[in-house]
Amino acid sequence: MSDLIVNGQRYALDAQVGRSLASVLREDIGLIGTKIACNEGHCGACTVLLDGVPTLSCITLVHTVGEREVTTIEGLRDHPLVESFVRADALQCGFCTPGQIVSASALVEANPHPSREEVRHAMAGNICRCGAYPKIEEAVLTWQD
Amino acid sequence: MARLIRTEKEVEGNYTEQWIVVDEDPVAQWPSGPLEIVGRPLARVDGAERARGEAVYTADLQLPGMLHVAVLRSPHAHARVTQLDLARASEAPGVRAVLTPDDLDVLTREPGYPGAAIAAVAADTYDLAAEALELADIEWEVLQPLLDPDEAVQQGSLIDEPERYDRGNVEQGFAEADVVVETEYRTQTVLHNSMETHQSVCQWEGDLLNVYTSTQYIWGVRAETAAKLGLPEDKVRVVCHYMGGGFGAKNHPGEYTFIAAELAKRTGRPVRCALTRREENLTTGNRHATIQRLKVGAKADGTLTALVGDFVMAVGWRGFKSWTAGPMKMLYHCPNVSTVEYGAKVNTGPNAAFRAPGFVEGTFGLECLLDELAAKLEIDPLELRRRNHSDSDLVDDRPYSSKNLIECYRRAEPHWEKRDEVRARSNGPWKHGIGMASQIWFGAGGPPSYAWVRVGSDGRALVVTAMQDIGTGTKTAMAQIAAEELGLPVDRVQVSIGDSARGPYAAISAGSSTTPSMGPAVRAAAHDAARQIIEIAAQRYHKEERVLSLKGGNVVSADGGSWPIEEVTGLLDDAQILGKGARGPNPTGMRVLTFGVQVAEVAVDVETGEVRVDKIVAVHDVGRVINPLGASSQVEGGVIQGLGHTFSEDRLLDPNTGAVLNQTLDAYKMPTIADVPEIVTDLIDVPDEHLTNLGSKGLGEPPIIPTSAAVANAIRDATGADVRSLPISREEMLRALAEAKEKEKTREAPTAV
Repeated sequence: MSDLIVNGQRYALDAQVGRSLASVLREDIGLIGTKIACNEGHCGACTVLLDGVPTLSCITLVHTVGEREVTTIEGLRDHPLVESFVRADALQCGFCTPGQIVSASALVEANPHPSREEVRHAMAGNICRCGAYPKIEEAVLTWQD
Repeated sequence: MARLIRTEKEVEGNYTEQWIVVDEDPVAQWPSGPLEIVGRPLARVDGAERARGEAVYTADLQLPGMLHVAVLRSPHAHARVTQLDLARASEAPGVRAVLTPDDLDVLTREPGYPGAAIAAVAADTYDLAAEALELADIEWEVLQPLLDPDEAVQQGSLIDEPERYDRGNVEQGFAEADVVVETEYRTQTVLHNSMETHQSVCQWEGDLLNVYTSTQYIWGVRAETAAKLGLPEDKVRVVCHYMGGGFGAKNHPGEYTFIAAELAKRTGRPVRCALTRREENLTTGNRHATIQRLKVGAKADGTLTALVGDFVMAVGWRGFKSWTAGPMKMLYHCPNVSTVEYGAKVNTGPNAAFRAPGFVEGTFGLECLLDELAAKLEIDPLELRRRNHSDSDLVDDRPYSSKNLIECYRRAEPHWEKRDEVRARSNGPWKHGIGMASQIWFGAGGPPSYAWVRVGSDGRALVVTAMQDIGTGTKTAMAQIAAEELGLPVDRVQVSIGDSARGPYAAISAGSSTTPSMGPAVRAAAHDAARQIIEIAAQRYHKEERVLSLKGGNVVSADGGSWPIEEVTGLLDDAQILGKGARGPNPTGMRVLTFGVQVAEVAVDVETGEVRVDKIVAVHDVGRVINPLGASSQVEGGVIQGLGHTFSEDRLLDPNTGAVLNQTLDAYKMPTIADVPEIVTDLIDVPDEHLTNLGSKGLGEPPIIPTSAAVANAIRDATGADVRSLPISREEMLRALAEAKEKEKTREAPTAV
């Protein structure tokens, strides 16, 4: 049996072959901040980091994760982006928001002062049906304020 | 004192007369403009838990022993089930119960659209349930689907009776006209695609049914579920603390709720019925397609003399005709109007309300028609609209409770006046232009709606009401209203919502009605609590009540003296101050509506048909604005959905089988962050003096209404091409450009000869 490392904690991985990382995070570990909105890798709501790389957890088989460190929104709760999203009103219904913040965290980690175009490029895989996009852009641009 | 009155209730333009009991609402409106808290920007009070992933949505709920449902759905648009045997499925691993059409009337043997529910399986996991469905023995007689709405109308396949409206005499109106324009416009089927799919978790506790559901209307789900199950309404408890978007598609319980309730009853376990994204896009509703055959007559000075509209709507197998003729009837001062609306019953998924249903579609038609008329008359399109402004409502012959559309036009003017400057930016194949469109819509809200306010000895307040916040920020607006009235900092006010067993009746979050319905009730409840605090303070400090008020966390006396509110409430010990409030009636004999205008700035590549929107200016009149920050988010969201509707969103059908070809989010194209232009929000923010103790109207729907038309009119300004069909795909753009070129040629031809 292998392990799954999530937000710095090691969990014994006891899941059927074929299950997605998203379903194990949500159902087995109880980390419900990772949302499933399409369950086929099209919307970005399930985004987590694997060794810092934004990854769609709903189409990632849990047994392929291996020793890579999984970071979910629960591991990013103290990230300044959370505060900047709230301050900028960068969320409405909030269902896509954890995925948005996880994607943004990878962007600002690699590029602490992204341009508007860089934000739009990096965040284009995260759909927000409420259309909070102008405020999401602002939140990412002002994340250090 | 409670009194019984006869009043009008309006939801999205549907008026019904009803008896209601209302408490007197003696609270006077606040003065116009920003107050201490109301009218000032506030980050949403539940933002942090949503952003941190702590908020528990229906999709996140895990109850002990919970089973999961997979639903067998028709792959055919029109068919008959000739054989259905679930024996093998019911013996599959992990299966606990199955349902067939014999067990539940929301399941059918005669599906009329692809995705219609036939049978359901509850199992230990969703995967086991889905695998069991593979073992269903089912045979179909596939029938020819009827898909073309015009053909359906010709055949008499209608959802209900056609709706006709006539005012004045259109023949006479056209006889008086100097110019007549006649055109056909089409709009497509648009899918809601809330991020959280439709779902319910049902759990029986004795004879009480707990329904945890993603809904826009807790009390509607309670009433409809109780009726369906033959239960007293208090035996159905509906819970929705957080929900992931609705846009009109979640106003009712839906078949998934009834399936979950029945399977929970049969198994004695909690049952989740959650739709997949693909099911979502087959069965949960849509903005139905329309065909609009319109004709306008006007005098040379632009005065409208006649408007005629023939509207065909592809409603689907069930559903309702959206109010597509609404803008034509209501927007302008035209004495002669004649409309007819047909609801075609076709073999496609049922429609549902979708953010300003009918008005988005009807405004596209009417406002493009107006611009085609303006071009023919060589009148400035904004001036044409001013000349036909209506000072009173001609449909019901009533005064408006308030209308600031002229002020909206005035504020749009600086953007509109840049037309020459913007056109001059045209460079090579890229042509630039500016267009506009007006907006009219409902948004009064109405009674009944109630709230309670509880103040403890620590001087903190809790607002309790069983409403839902579907992402519009109403919870935040309610906190601001209560804090303002109680003179408390907003961080000393909490708002408890989302549970029919823990709070009084609250309005539906549809029809732009939550804030105008709930806000006055919350203010009345806070006022009731504030009055009691003042009564206690008057006795404690030997003052007359009339000189005392609550402000900045203090009881303040007009003749000097100020005491922290918690000093007064500190006298209570375990006692509490309980305030209650109700939404008063709407003004009698008046039409309460919202208005606005949007200006779009676009660039069109006339060689490739690519269209780029550079800017949308949205000016709307929705009465008093409670939270300018949340309001601007609502406007931006509406405009962005409107842009999706304008350019990329289109449910595609196989023309032979009726199968939906784009059920997934990679195939069905919604706007991303990279598609968003600059959006400028400008709200008039003047209270409606006749409407409630707040003067606030709803804002959810107005901003999506004029976007498509403003963009299409900007395209005409840039290129001379008349776009007449949504979405404005490259094909439609190139068609319109070719048509414009052809028109130009025939116009030039006589002079050439």
